[in-house]
Amino acid sequence: MTQILEVHSLSKSYGNNPALIDINLSVEKGIIFGLLGPNGAGKTTLIRIINQIIEADSGEVKINNKILNPEHIKNIGYLPEERGLYKKMKVGEQLLYFAQLKGLRASEAKQRVKYWTEKLDISAWKDKRIEDLSKGMAQKIQFIATVIHEPELLILDEPFSGFDPVNAELIKDEIIDLKNKGTSVILSTHRMESVNLLCDHIAMINKAKKVLDGTVEEIRQLSRKNLFELKLRLGSESFPPHWIKQPSAGQDTKFHIMLNGGTTNQLLQEALTYGEVLSFEEIIPSIGEIFIQLAKDTDHE
Amino acid sequence: MNKILLVIKREYFARVKKKSFLLVTLLTPLLFPSILGVFLWIAMNERESEALRIIEVVDENNLFRMESSDQYAFSYSNRDREEAKDLVKSGDRYGFLYIPKIALDHPSGIMYYTDKNPSMAMLAHLESALKRKIEEIRLFDSGIDPNIIAELRTNVYVQAVTLDNAGEEKASNAVVNYILGFIAGILIYMFIFIYGNQIMQGVIEEKSSRIIEILISSIKPFQLMTGKIIGIGLVGLSQFLIWIILISGISALVMGYFGMMMPQQQALEMSNPNAGQILETSAGEMGQYLKVIQDIDFFKLVLTFVFYFIGGYLLYGAFFAAIGAAVDTPSDAQQFMFPVTIPLIVAYFGLFVFVLDDPNSNISFWLSIIPFTSPIAMMGRASYGVPFFDLALSMGLLILGFFFTTWMAGKIYRIGILVHGSKVNYGTLWRWLKTA
Repeated sequence: MTQILEVHSLSKSYGNNPALIDINLSVEKGIIFGLLGPNGAGKTTLIRIINQIIEADSGEVKINNKILNPEHIKNIGYLPEERGLYKKMKVGEQLLYFAQLKGLRASEAKQRVKYWTEKLDISAWKDKRIEDLSKGMAQKIQFIATVIHEPELLILDEPFSGFDPVNAELIKDEIIDLKNKGTSVILSTHRMESVNLLCDHIAMINKAKKVLDGTVEEIRQLSRKNLFELKLRLGSESFPPHWIKQPSAGQDTKFHIMLNGGTTNQLLQEALTYGEVLSFEEIIPSIGEIFIQLAKDTDHE
Repeated sequence: MNKILLVIKREYFARVKKKSFLLVTLLTPLLFPSILGVFLWIAMNERESEALRIIEVVDENNLFRMESSDQYAFSYSNRDREEAKDLVKSGDRYGFLYIPKIALDHPSGIMYYTDKNPSMAMLAHLESALKRKIEEIRLFDSGIDPNIIAELRTNVYVQAVTLDNAGEEKASNAVVNYILGFIAGILIYMFIFIYGNQIMQGVIEEKSSRIIEILISSIKPFQLMTGKIIGIGLVGLSQFLIWIILISGISALVMGYFGMMMPQQQALEMSNPNAGQILETSAGEMGQYLKVIQDIDFFKLVLTFVFYFIGGYLLYGAFFAAIGAAVDTPSDAQQFMFPVTIPLIVAYFGLFVFVLDDPNSNISFWLSIIPFTSPIAMMGRASYGVPFFDLALSMGLLILGFFFTTWMAGKIYRIGILVHGSKVNYGTLWRWLKTA
């Protein structure tokens, strides 16, 4: 697998406050990479460095195996968390301007504007000023401005914040569509729900340090605690003391049981002696739970 | 480079295409000549419609025959003081001049009664008329005929000639040079302020509407800043060009129209027996003015003006951009305006108080050399002719100054545009300047 982006021991601090400490990342081509972390963890700083908005104190960033340089601007599409458009400028002119700033020729840029405004069904608005548009409409235009130069790498900082649900869904579909066409996407967010569904790979930053890195499945596996949920109809009132009874409705009883060195088969055999087993399942934490747990853990350090 | 061009294009057309630009550009030049026209019209109508102001004179000496003019007529009807006062009170007379018995060598006790506060011009008119009369009488008393004095009176005009190193002689005239320097200095001052403010507004707009982060992920902040400054500068140049064309065109029309409307004044001058003499001297002076204007190297002057016009704008433009980047709203910008306004105001007052008064004094030299004041101050010297060394030094320093302010502003700009919501003061700016 080739990497679109590699980050090696990147550090950056503002005065005495470290924003990034020795960050290493590697993003494969054609995947959606989730960059997670609570607000203020350093995500935006990392993204700004990749976008050459600010410079790192040390470490290096490579895109397509080449050290970051101004040539890379046209390969990256960036949707910042805080975003806006020229209010007095017409939609068409504005998109044309942003496309040309990214290095497209005027004729090429015109074609792309036409393609995207038709695709997102806003070509009728081309000659309207941004200030005359609804917020949702402006958001679509913002998204077009981000992808209009067909970047290899799309960096979206909190892409769904500020979008209404309908537009958020639309943008999500567009992101998946772009991914299927081969675009690599870095998606930075502190909202976990979007991640389980979208991301192939996840890295988490907290307090300027990377605390987690892996595929969604890997991370969940890593976070297994050998904890199982057993649901059974008890034959009698008694059960082993390390079984933790959970509140449940009806005659069935739920337990959380840690597998203390034994195997699942041994546990099941033991369970059979206490009653009729209805279900037996390992508890694997969701990404959201892992995220919250990790954030808490690193906060205590 | 291409991207700077893109920014320049956007900044230029975004402003030029606005309706307000069209409105201001077209209305401003109409405004000045219109105001001028209205004044001229009022003044002319007033002359015509206003009744002659009749002033009653009571002269205890029976000596002073005051001569009436177009505005004032003097009536002698041998009334006493109280009666004359009553005439003023009832409105039959505009005013009442009382001349008691006076000693001619130190006249005192002359009174002027009126129901309104007399204007300075009115009093000056009376005073000079009386003074002339008394002088005439005293001359006559000393055995000198006043007519002889009038005949002996001679007009002297000293032609100032500037000698340059090459030995070339040029006629010069302080009035012409003063006016040229005055206009050029004020134009540059206005240009810097008006368009500097537009730069600041533009930067604040990009910052507060959060376009900035998208922009600087595509273009270097320095390129963006430079493009903006140049783009807005071009807007200003276009606007000034249109103004100059329109103002000179319309003014010519207005002046032409009113010039034709004023034949009676010329007729008056013609009917005056001394008119010939007056016309001769004024024609002579006009000739001198024309000679001075012809002798001014306009090509050089215009080049100098354009250089300082653009140089001054660029020098301060960078500052305005930095201020815009440091604040969130235009009202926050107030606190940072001092470093910009103070040198500009110093230059502006320096132009009037020192440079135009004496272009070759030490302070004029320094004001026209230091880059922060030179764009305005040098214009006060330029029309008089500036030694090559001074000009070269001043221009060189202005270019260096421009690089310096732009470099400094670039640093503040680069960091400032990404900072939102935190209070920025001079200390913060200093820290930004020091980082990298």
